[in-house]
Amino acid sequence: MTLTARDKQLRGQSRWGTAALGLVTWLVAALFFFPVFWMVLNSFKTELVANTKPVLLFEPTLDRWEAAIDSIPGLLSFSEAFFNSFLIVIVSTVLVLVLAIPAAYALSIYPIKAWRDALFFFISTKFLPIVAAILPLWIMAKELGLLNTHLVLIILYTAMNLPLAVWMLRSFFGEVPRELIEAAQMDGTGLYGQIKDVMLPIVAPGVAATALLCFIFAWNEFFLAVQLNPVEGSTVPVWVSTNVTTRGNFMAKLSAASTLAVLPVVIAGWIAQKKMIRGLSMGAVK
Amino acid sequence: MTAQAEPTGSPDPGAERAAKIAEFQRRDKWRRRLPLLPALLFIIVVTQIPFIFNIWYSLQDWRIVPPRGPDFVGLENYTEGYTNQFFLQSVGISITMTTAAVLLSLLVGTALALLLDRQFLGRGIARTLLITPFLIMPVVAGLLWKNQIFSSTFGVLNAIIEAFGLDAIPFVERYPFWAIVTVLVWQWSPFMMLIILAGLQGQPTDILEAARVDRASSRGIFTQITLPMLRPYMELGIVLGAIYLLQVFDHIEVMTGGGPGSTNVPYFVYQRSIGGGWDFGQAAAYSTIVVIASIIIATFALRVLSSLFQRQEPV
Repeated sequence: MTLTARDKQLRGQSRWGTAALGLVTWLVAALFFFPVFWMVLNSFKTELVANTKPVLLFEPTLDRWEAAIDSIPGLLSFSEAFFNSFLIVIVSTVLVLVLAIPAAYALSIYPIKAWRDALFFFISTKFLPIVAAILPLWIMAKELGLLNTHLVLIILYTAMNLPLAVWMLRSFFGEVPRELIEAAQMDGTGLYGQIKDVMLPIVAPGVAATALLCFIFAWNEFFLAVQLNPVEGSTVPVWVSTNVTTRGNFMAKLSAASTLAVLPVVIAGWIAQKKMIRGLSMGAVK
Repeated sequence: MTAQAEPTGSPDPGAERAAKIAEFQRRDKWRRRLPLLPALLFIIVVTQIPFIFNIWYSLQDWRIVPPRGPDFVGLENYTEGYTNQFFLQSVGISITMTTAAVLLSLLVGTALALLLDRQFLGRGIARTLLITPFLIMPVVAGLLWKNQIFSSTFGVLNAIIEAFGLDAIPFVERYPFWAIVTVLVWQWSPFMMLIILAGLQGQPTDILEAARVDRASSRGIFTQITLPMLRPYMELGIVLGAIYLLQVFDHIEVMTGGGPGSTNVPYFVYQRSIGGGWDFGQAAAYSTIVVIASIIIATFALRVLSSLFQRQEPV
């Protein structure tokens, strides 16, 4: 929709007003981004420069990046942490989708009678504070020999993201035109075929948005990782926190480690931002 | 949807088709329930079984350091629990922290979305910059703000304050509660912005155009059309925000370590159990109280949600 000058006038938007608001938006955006910019900037400083009064101009060095990547024997290393995180996060996200897609189907297309109760039950589990469950989880994991394993985090991250995924996907499935499904049923297509050939192509952007949110929440999760899998098999957030030391200066090295740690999610989020907005507008409130 | 089966032999192809579909759906009843079961079983096993164990633990006198029990003591942990002053304080912190963070995030997020919902140069880049805080790992966000923004010696904010000739303020030490809320709002405003933006972009343009032709004022359009339309999106933002912000742990852990004024319920329970208290029985009782309180809060929140669901029933 293109607005003519008169339309804009009717809308109360002068050209100068639009430009001014654009400028304000830019300033606010810069303000919001500033802490991240500052962190990246600090990662190129030496500890000596980083641990004084803040400065903007300095001689950049990659020294602290190397220090962050260097592994110290006996401690969780950068490469191990990234490998573990990718493994745990990807497997749990796939598992979430495998469980949530059929469940969302059962709650939306031809919903079971108690679809509302089932959905509420899923969401209500998100209200249980994870911290309140950590004690039994810790004891159970210990009894089952799951402490310090990838598996314990895969299981818990799947449970953590499943309710959100079922909820979002249910609304996306609701967008599929009924006639298409009925046509497929008339052709004798089974349930699996209906989901795979008729619905998934339509809800693909929604599935992508859901997967991305699961990825973000799982990648950034710290509490369960540090309680149940704190040592060598652990994940990136735990690795970041090991860069905080009580002895000596650590600001620049911590900045380098932090930048590395947030990079995968930030890049994924930047690429998929439009899909996320579309995903949310498509279904999340329906 | 209901297929009224015509008398058999009816030549009407429409009714025949409807009957065929109805038959298909009846036959499929169990095959329709089945897809729900794996997810349902999984979530029951992982979230409900620990809760049942937790109730059992809460009835024991069970300490790890120094080792004692477990001995069955009935409800003793509970009577001790809900009168504990520190527990009650943490309940207050949880409520105020969640409310402040959710409402401020929604306010800021809505403002950001309104700013972004217009054409201007570099809009995509501005949006990219604005969503970034939401993508940052909470541990990183907490450490970053504490050490590099709020710190009275190395912090940027204090460098600016000092440039104006004022004294540096040790934000985290002096205002732990608001320091944490600030970081939470920084991270969650972009999420609210995404949701509101989704709402704004779903606005039917024909209604807006009609209003403009009728020379409605900008403010009129905003309060009469835009705001009511955004309401379900705002409700969604509040519910999702509350779910995640009630659980805040990481920011507190790295910023204040649960210092005065910043220990919410999750952090308190953690401190009492594997976070140093090692009083398993007592911690389990607190957890159970928290879970029951959460269910009460959830019932309210879900009522809001259910009004969301009622707007569009799946057929």
